Amino acid sequence: MKAVPRLDRRGFLSRTTVVGSAFLLASCERLSQSSWWRDVLEVAESWTRRSQRALLSRDRLAPEYAEADLSPAFKPNGSTDPDDPAYRKAATTGFADWRLEIGGLVERPASLSLAELRALPSRTQITRHDCVEGWSCIGKWKGVPLATVLRLVGLKPEARYVVFHCADSLEPALDGSGQYYESIDLFDAFHPQTILAYDMNDRPLPIPNGAPLRVRVERQLGYKMAKYVMRIEAVESFAAMKGGRGGYWEDRGYEWYAGI
Amino acid sequence: MSAARPSPSRRLVFRHPLVVRVTHWINVLCLACLLMSGLQIFNAHPALYWGSRSNFDRPLLAMEAEQTPNAAPTGITTVLGHRFDTTGTLGLSRTATGQLAQLGFPDWITLPAERDLATGRRWHFFFAWLFVANGLFYLVYTVVSRHLRRDLAPTGGQLRGIPASILDHLRLRFPKGKEARHYNVLQKLSYLAVIFVLLPIMVLAGLTMSPAMGTAFPELLMLFDGRQSARTVHFILAFLIVTFTVVHVVMVLLSGVWNNLRSMVTGRYVIEEEKGESSPSA
Repeated sequence: MKAVPRLDRRGFLSRTTVVGSAFLLASCERLSQSSWWRDVLEVAESWTRRSQRALLSRDRLAPEYAEADLSPAFKPNGSTDPDDPAYRKAATTGFADWRLEIGGLVERPASLSLAELRALPSRTQITRHDCVEGWSCIGKWKGVPLATVLRLVGLKPEARYVVFHCADSLEPALDGSGQYYESIDLFDAFHPQTILAYDMNDRPLPIPNGAPLRVRVERQLGYKMAKYVMRIEAVESFAAMKGGRGGYWEDRGYEWYAGI
Repeated sequence: MSAARPSPSRRLVFRHPLVVRVTHWINVLCLACLLMSGLQIFNAHPALYWGSRSNFDRPLLAMEAEQTPNAAPTGITTVLGHRFDTTGTLGLSRTATGQLAQLGFPDWITLPAERDLATGRRWHFFFAWLFVANGLFYLVYTVVSRHLRRDLAPTGGQLRGIPASILDHLRLRFPKGKEARHYNVLQKLSYLAVIFVLLPIMVLAGLTMSPAMGTAFPELLMLFDGRQSARTVHFILAFLIVTFTVVHVVMVLLSGVWNNLRSMVTGRYVIEEEKGESSPSA
């Protein structure tokens, strides 16, 4: 007498389990596309940023390594040879006529040649580069601390972010939205290891690794460390810039805070 | 309970408190999402290394697709220098749309299915936070409520009975009556190992991959012998957790799926009391 309803319930539960799992998988796919669920998932980024910033003091240095730890070949990723005509022309003369523009919310906009950058006090560091894809390389970088350059031009009080505009575009687009750019806040901009590197492994930075100048932000992932930096702009907000999320990869769904 | 069978008699007992049941199912959700989004992240660079940096020429494990001029493409998995043909599953597999694609793990097991590292990371870190919060809540509960001492710590008698318990498991003989009200010794030891060893190391290995965490706590990098080793450990532990889950589910199926499921949903578990065994509360 009791067996009949029990079996029915079991049958119902098994069917529910099978249909439920299939539904769950399909839902995950649909969820990934829906904007409200993306907003939910994205709260993790601010939890990570807040907690990691609470654990890091302003000047806490990322681990530095020995010459013996250097990668035999530092893997270039993303753009390896920008096809921008002005960049290519500058490359033919070894960037002798190239100048880094620094503007935006600064007191004294400047334009510095590679020789002028090299004349500024430098920092050399052997650090680990962690790609968002999962691999790591160790390289030796020499460059001028970004803080030195920012003090030279003087940030206006309302400046909150430093944006790097680059020569490379990973996605050809007429409106310039495919142009690489990145941004960091002042916490990282004034960190002692945040440098504008012009040498890699004791030689001028090779083109695949970002010649003539790339930024190093050692407490974050590789995509934050823009290569082929042409112009630095201090801004209050990047909301009105390109995709509005503060970087080429950020506009394509990646986290602006890439500490993990 | 009106079915009057003389022996064995059936009795509903309360086995799992609410906190254990809720944290268990949140864990199921988290581990499923973490595993599948983790494989999506792994697929961005399907190779593992030891040490601080990637030795691209000598990975410990690599999944690749190979195309030779006169043959069909193959999926090759290399483990410690040994090559295995894993066409169709690892390195090269068919996607939901029927196309052959160069992929570490196949698309049916990754979240999202299509290649999308950015979205995979979003899922992974959201559920990592939920998993850690849920786990910490459980840990505090398990100590404060004495669940740990009462239900998870094996008794001296149980520890002496380990060989017998192994034999019982091999014969698929599961505890009945009074014995069924407690976790058996193998169950206790494996739960303790997962809760206090496997999962904490998993979380630490994950955090070690973060350049910010490696800066705040360089000890993490020492502990795992570098960031790439931490990534390898994270990967291996993921499969130990999968192994635990498979064995756990098999045990649930073998020892009475509906009874076990009911007890993890409502807390109530039916025990069959053997002849002559009187229930203490009756």
